[in-house]
Amino acid sequence: MDERYLRNLSALTEGECRLLRSKRILVVGCGGLGGYIIEMLTRIGVGAIRAVDGDRFEESNLNRQLLSSPELLGVSKAVAAVARISQVNPDVKAEAHYAFFDETNAEKLISGCDLVMDALDNIDSRRILARYCEKLGVPMVYGAISGWVAQAAISLPGDDFIEKLYPDGVEIRDKSALAFTPALCAAMQCALATRLLCGREIKNSSLKYFDLLNMEFETIDLV
Amino acid sequence: MIEVRLFAGLREGRGKVFELETGSVNTVLDVMAHFSIRREEVNILLVNGFHQKPEFELKDGDVVSLFPAVGGG
Repeated sequence: MDERYLRNLSALTEGECRLLRSKRILVVGCGGLGGYIIEMLTRIGVGAIRAVDGDRFEESNLNRQLLSSPELLGVSKAVAAVARISQVNPDVKAEAHYAFFDETNAEKLISGCDLVMDALDNIDSRRILARYCEKLGVPMVYGAISGWVAQAAISLPGDDFIEKLYPDGVEIRDKSALAFTPALCAAMQCALATRLLCGREIKNSSLKYFDLLNMEFETIDLV
Repeated sequence: MIEVRLFAGLREGRGKVFELETGSVNTVLDVMAHFSIRREEVNILLVNGFHQKPEFELKDGDVVSLFPAVGGG
């Protein structure tokens, strides 16, 4: 057992740690959620991360996006993500895709991955991601934030989770996000992903909703 | 009575938990109209803990929970 993973034990078994090292994860979005997700997956020790984002860092990202810093303003988020992965854990294979996720690249990006982490910032792209995950039979860990609220869930092919969650015409009014909201959401997503990748019992379409303003936690089954 | 629970931003200017007279609202859409909440603002809509459509018909004792749309990243 590599010393860097010793503190993964006994929360995980050695076998589970080896299993994680064999997995390739697609992280779609390297902003608020994606930055923290990449940090956590890198440290826990997955095998490979494919990081996708067509954006570059700007000043308004600095209040919450882990990978952003004043000296990286103007730099590709996907490229910064890969640099961070290599710095923190060179054992993790890292691939940067400086492109916005859409229908033209969805299939190519998802193919060959064991799991997709949704770190997108809009509903339209999530619908495309969910459609292609279903088509290719790849599970997805959903996450979304707004202000003080974070929510996360596992979606498996065929459960139509995103379609149920976002009825046609639904709109996001609150585009704010505080520093701790994506951190909590990413933590929930990575915990769900770890369970799934380790083959532990999971419940799909079960939304974990956390309101940090009122300190309320709800589990909502969208079945 | 119909119990209505509003979550997160939907509470602003309204409050958290309400009781409405059975018969004053027939469907979840009526509940939303009562609180001046537009359909587009609601992400998740539960009746007695189960996901339902806005047209769902309510009966005495039902608990309606409304969550705002959350979609950022």
